[in-house]
Amino acid sequence: MRRLATDTLITAERNLTRLPRQPDLFTAFTIQPIMFVLLFVYVFGGAIVTPGYDNYKDFLIPGIIVQNIAFGGFITAMGLAEDLNKGLIDRFRSLPMSRAALLAGRTLSDVVTNVTSMTILVITGLIIGFSFDAGVGDIVTGVLLLILFGYAFSWVFAFLGMLVSTPEAANSLGFMLVFPLTFISSAFVPVGSMPEALQVFAEVNPFTVIVDEMRELWVGSPGGSLWQSVAWSVAITAVFAPLAVWRYRKNAER
Amino acid sequence: MHSIEKPAGSEPAIQVTGLVKTYGHVRAVDGVSFQVTPGTVFGLLGPNGAGKTTTVRVLTTLQSPDAGDIRVAGVDAVADAAQLRERIGLAGQYAAVDDMLTGEENLVMVGRLYGMSRKEAKARAGELLTRFELTEAAGRVVKKYSGGMRRRLDLAAALVARPPVLFLDEPTTGLDPRSRLDLWEMIEELTGEGTTVLLTTQYLDEADRLADDIAVIDHGKVIASGTPAELKQRVGGERLEVKLEDPAQAPQAIEALAPLSDERAVAEEDGVTVAVARRNGTIVTAVQRLGAAGVGVDDIGLRTPTMDDVFLSLTGKVAEHEQAQQTNDEEVAA
Repeated sequence: MRRLATDTLITAERNLTRLPRQPDLFTAFTIQPIMFVLLFVYVFGGAIVTPGYDNYKDFLIPGIIVQNIAFGGFITAMGLAEDLNKGLIDRFRSLPMSRAALLAGRTLSDVVTNVTSMTILVITGLIIGFSFDAGVGDIVTGVLLLILFGYAFSWVFAFLGMLVSTPEAANSLGFMLVFPLTFISSAFVPVGSMPEALQVFAEVNPFTVIVDEMRELWVGSPGGSLWQSVAWSVAITAVFAPLAVWRYRKNAER
Repeated sequence: MHSIEKPAGSEPAIQVTGLVKTYGHVRAVDGVSFQVTPGTVFGLLGPNGAGKTTTVRVLTTLQSPDAGDIRVAGVDAVADAAQLRERIGLAGQYAAVDDMLTGEENLVMVGRLYGMSRKEAKARAGELLTRFELTEAAGRVVKKYSGGMRRRLDLAAALVARPPVLFLDEPTTGLDPRSRLDLWEMIEELTGEGTTVLLTTQYLDEADRLADDIAVIDHGKVIASGTPAELKQRVGGERLEVKLEDPAQAPQAIEALAPLSDERAVAEEDGVTVAVARRNGTIVTAVQRLGAAGVGVDDIGLRTPTMDDVFLSLTGKVAEHEQAQQTNDEEVAA
């Protein structure tokens, strides 16, 4: 167990050392979210009606942050696929290190990048006119929930990264999975404005659960459930972390 | 659980008995056995897909065998896999270094994953960087390294924990001649210090230069083993290649070259090839004899045996055997 912790930190350190040296990846989790916020607010914002909100920014910011954080795990997926592709996984597997540490180190370093892009998004939001309508306690709870949910999705991406053979494939598979999930949720438009079939899906979509709770915590609009949000995050981790580790062990047998 | 370790020297560094590894219906390794004396270099020689890499992967615990007993550095590769990993180093085509880290960062990371403190790992990385002439490049990301530098770093990474047994999977494939020579010298230095090395290669000259013992494998089976000298004897030394002005004259050429070798020359696409016993005077004699026989020579040269020759010679017998079997079958069918 101590070995797992030490080795996880060592591999997380490795990932974070690499990050600034990969400008394209760095841009992906810093500049890209800003672009998305601006596009949504200024291009779509005027056309989307959000009853109960002062403006679209207050509606959008919690939603887009959740989407962004869920995507944060793509760094894990791409990194693992790359390690697998280049034979680095074999190097790690021949070392007397903890077997789960490589994956745990990846998901842990995602937490750091997620917090970075979350900060960038909040600052961008505040600049363009988003305002919190909550106490410090609720704001912090929101941040913690985002970290937890982002961590859960990193394990989904870790699993995807072990399924495919190239970083590009990992990226597009992740995109295909997360994009519909976030758009058919309450993240960008009120669920009530969707066709009925999509509404059914959007209501049970974990993204809707998390986004609604984030709105309750940050802008004070009712309808969220903290325990459901936490339960979803824990459940996703509980399913995908073992799956990813299982895939990791199995992959080496190729 | 405490395994009783025999004193060093009383047990082979690597002992493989009846190793089998299958993928679906393919028996990638099909009953391989060999043993390696501590402090020596053992060469696993064979063409692509022969089962060399699979053997190394099983011996380094990357894959589990379907059958067979494997002991490396005194521990069982299956039962004590975790313990084994502390005693081996792996380098070559399938182990790698991180492109986006510097040479030093790579070695420090590996050291720490072997359980060293950051300080220890840093000191060890410094030693290895000096030894492998990478000190100047230590702070550069590996992406900017040349092929030779990468391999040296890869080898250094395998040596971080001073493993008694080292696995090198095709360590020089794709390297330029100069880097190959450098790497050979470094491997020789290591064995001089008592490290046991298992090396896979497609190159006969590499095995010849480095290995004390060689096993030639093909289709997952050991088809020949012995010292390099023994193997070369079986291949038949240097080969004389003659390109003919008129390939139709091959039979005359074969006849004319008969006194130069114990075996008969073989007709090829545009000439003939024959194994010759010695180098001195061979070309002159051959040209004279061919000239006397009225055979027009386009080009002539001596070539040291390659893997192809080993295989021609070794698997040639297998092919004959199969052919004989086939003829028998046909006779039965008829």
